[in-house]
Parts: sequence; structure tokens; C-alpha cells
Amino acid sequence: MVCAISVILVVDVFLPPSRRRATFYLTMLALLGTALCSLYYGAGERTTLLYGSFVSDPAGNALKLFAYAIVALVFLYSRDYLEREGLYKGEYFILGLFALLGIMVMISANSLLILYLGLELLSLALYALVAFDRESSIAAESAMKYFVLGAIASGTLLYGISVLYGITGTVDIGELGAYFSAGEGPQVAALLGLAFVIVGVAFKFGAVPFHMWLPDVYQGARTPVTLFISTAPKLASFALAWRVMVEGLGGLHGSWQDMVIVLSVLSLAVGNVAAIAQTNLKRMLAYSTISHVGFILMGFIAGTPQGLSAAMFYTIAYAFMAAAAFGMIILLSREGFEAENIADFKGLNARDPWFALMMLMIMFSMAGIPLFVGFYAKLVVLESVLDAGLVWLAVLGVFFAVIGAFYYLRVIWFMYFAEGSGIESGGADDSLVAEAPASLRIVVSANSLLLLALGLFPGQLLELCGRVLG
Amino acid sequence: MTVTISHYLILAAVLFSMAVAGIFINRKNVILLLMCIELMLLAVNFNFIAFSRMLGDEMGQVFVFFILTVAAAEAAIGLAILVVLFRTRQSINVEELDTLRG
Repeated sequence: MVCAISVILVVDVFLPPSRRRATFYLTMLALLGTALCSLYYGAGERTTLLYGSFVSDPAGNALKLFAYAIVALVFLYSRDYLEREGLYKGEYFILGLFALLGIMVMISANSLLILYLGLELLSLALYALVAFDRESSIAAESAMKYFVLGAIASGTLLYGISVLYGITGTVDIGELGAYFSAGEGPQVAALLGLAFVIVGVAFKFGAVPFHMWLPDVYQGARTPVTLFISTAPKLASFALAWRVMVEGLGGLHGSWQDMVIVLSVLSLAVGNVAAIAQTNLKRMLAYSTISHVGFILMGFIAGTPQGLSAAMFYTIAYAFMAAAAFGMIILLSREGFEAENIADFKGLNARDPWFALMMLMIMFSMAGIPLFVGFYAKLVVLESVLDAGLVWLAVLGVFFAVIGAFYYLRVIWFMYFAEGSGIESGGADDSLVAEAPASLRIVVSANSLLLLALGLFPGQLLELCGRVLG
Repeated sequence: MTVTISHYLILAAVLFSMAVAGIFINRKNVILLLMCIELMLLAVNFNFIAFSRMLGDEMGQVFVFFILTVAAAEAAIGLAILVVLFRTRQSINVEELDTLRG
């Protein structure tokens, strides 16, 4: 299945520039082909390949399938925007596919070496994607920040891995897991390695206090790139945390539980409070990402399969929500104008009630209001924390979710009740949405309705997450 | 004096801390940041080699080869971003990288 992507990538490179559309269709075809391969070969039980460094298990396959779906969604959104802005180059899709390949490798990794290689494949593709718009000075600045901080994260993670290797003499995740669950209690050196690894994971997730890159990158990158970064790599971060912390270092759960609690609470607090002060929607969504990361980490705290499946459910739900939100920004922006300020959404209801309704659904879902998928995601995570006996943490989570609801509702207030039509804020006019092509309108609507559908019938996805991890 | 494993580990830790400190203290030049990142990875390599020798296990050395390769790719991307950065703003001063904040 890895081969499928590579073959198409080579074909992509040799396509003449005039036939760029073909690249897009080939890319979609590649995604579909890979998905079919995963479905076909991803048979029930757990198998390892390549001397046990590569693993294929149900949870990994489910995560991969969701990653394909989300990346396909992202490409669908991006196509028109890139064409309009004169950025329609094969590179976007190729780098996107490489990033996806990195995600797949991370998901299937059964050795810290493979995990690291997948992580680097993903990160390097993302650094390049952020700097994709070569004329933009803020894109270059955010790419540089992302690169430096991302490299520190990899370095820290590697240092942790090297210490763990020194203690156990293996980089195989299964053997690590066996070593630590049989261990006679945590040693100081193991804790040192553990701390470095957790810092690396937190950097990649964007958890406070290692979140500095996130808002800058979200704001500085072009919207399709932000869309990409905010969706599929979150699944990879989940896979990283799951493989390392649960499968590899599960025996040290008592030790990392406290660290993750601190990360989670700080993320919730900083993410939600800082988001209130933002006027730029992309930056606000970045801080909201940080708070969502707080919830995802909360799922890990319990250390039970149930908590893990809650975290997985949350990650998948979040990826779809973020895709819808950034898709909406793409939908509303036109040539030379990005609908990235919250004020641009003023009076959207008067101009286009249907998409105002869609945005309402996206925001409600992110805020965690019942009937939408965001609500169930928060609910299952909080349940798992309650089961672990951490009542105060659950209360804190609810408290910050309420604070978070404020800024989502503010966007809705702008759409439905604010005076003015957003004209004064920068070139928007009444035909704001009308120009967007039909395909984009359909995809955004379908994505938003999916949030509602998953919210009404969360059982299937929940059951899937529980089954594959159980 | 014999050189033991702990000497290597201390050296690697010192190098690693120097790299991290360099990244945070340096306020002038982006190229220095790239150098610090390389130093960080090399410190990790030191660790791996020392452990690999101590354990008599070649996995650590294989890991080092991969890290070296990835570090080269990373440096390439970093320098490419640096070139873009310099072209758009005619400066690689770290202090001027502050248009995005809040």
C-alpha cells in the first residue's frame, strides 16, 4: 500500500505543467487505491513485517482509512483556492501525499526508529508546505519558526529515545513495553528518557507549554496549508502518543500520568483564554486547536482502553471539524481576499443563510453543544477521566469548555446579529459566497452535515474506536 | 584515567544543553539556529553510539545512520526556507521575525 502512493508520485512529477488538473485526479485516484489496499490487505489480526519494525493492526488500519478520507477532503477544498491564487502547482499535492505517507508510517510503526522516520517525513513535508507561497513574507517567517521548533521537538524526542535505548537495549516498541511492564518500578534514568519523549510528543501535538509554533503557523501559512496541518497530522500525533506512551511506555503509566495532566490542564486554560482575545479567525482556531489537544490528552490520562478509544474518537471528530471550519474560510475567500478575520463573517446570514447555518453547525460542534459530534467527543473523554477517579479534572474540563463556548458563539453572533456586512473590514461584498464553485459548496455542506450526522448517530464510530483498540 | 560510558553521556548531555541554550539565547542569526539544531542531533548520535558500544548491540549505530541522513534532509529544507526568508525580507535577523504575534 505504501508502494501505490510512491508510484503515483513519480507519475505526478513527470506530468507536463499544462495538465495540472490531471495531477489532482491522479492524486485522488492514488488515495482511493491506497484506501482499497488497506481495506483489502488490512485483515483482522495483528501482523508484523520487516523484522517486527512495521505493524499492521486494526486500530492502525482504521486510523489510516480516516487519514485518507481527511486528506482527500483537504485536497478537494484546496483545489479551487490554489487555482484562484495562482499557486496551483503539483508540489502541493505531492508534498501532501508525502506527508500522508509519513503519517501512515507513523501509524504502522512498531519500532522507535520507524516512528522517528515517519515523523520526519511528515514534518519535512509540512515545513516545505508552509513555505509553499514563496512570495509571502509571513509564510516564510512562520515556516522558519515551525522548522526551528519542530527540529527542537525531534531532537528532544530523539534524546529521550536514546536514553530509553540505553536502558533497555532495544528500540522495538513491543519489547520496550514488555521491559517496562515487567520492570521493578521506575528508575531515574527511565524517567529522564520518558520526560524527554513526552516533551517531544507534546511539541508535535502543540500542547501548552510547547504550543508557541501553532498560532503563528496557522496564521502565516496559506489557508489550504493550514487546513492540511490542522487535520491529518493530528491523527499522526495521536498515533505517536499511542504507540510510544501506551504501547511502549505503558508500564510507566503512573509516572507519565501526572505530566500529561499538567499538559492537558495548561492546554485547556491557555488555549481557551487566549482564543477569546483573537480577531483573526485562523489564529482563533489555532488556540482552539490547543484546547482540543488538551481534551485529547485527557483521554490518555486514564490509561484505559476506554480512555484511549475516547481520545481516538475525539481526534477523528476534531479532524473533521477543523476541515469543515477551514473549508468555510476557503469558501468565503476570493481572489486577493481572505475571509480570515472574524469580522468578515458579519451579517453572513443576510447574504447567504445556508452557509451561515453550516458555519453555525461547525461552531456548535467545536463548542461541544449537544446534537453535534463535538459534544459526544467531549462526553466520552470526560467519562473516561471520571472512571479514572479524577473528578476535579473532569470539572475543570467542563469549566474550560464553557469558556471556550464563548468565542465560538461570538462568531455566530457576528454572523446573525452584528450590523454591517463586513464590507468595511476589507473588500467583501454581497456576492461573497456566490462566486465559489458548486463542487466546493457541496463538499463544505456535506462536511458540515457529517458533523451533525455523527453527532446524531455517534454509536458506530464510537463502537469502531472501542473495537479496534480493544 | 579510563574513559567510561558516563563520560560519553555527560559530553552528549553538555552538547545537547549547549544546543538548546544556543537556540534560545541567540537573537541574531538564523544560520546559528540551524547550526544549533545540527549540534543537538549530533549530541543524540553520541548517546546512541556510546550506548551501542556499551550494550554490544548494533541497533544504535543503525539508528545513527538514519539520524545523519534525516539531519542532512532537514538541513536542506532549513536552508531552503532561509533562502526564501532572505529573498522576501533581505534579512535573517531573528529579532525581526516578529510580524506574527498575539
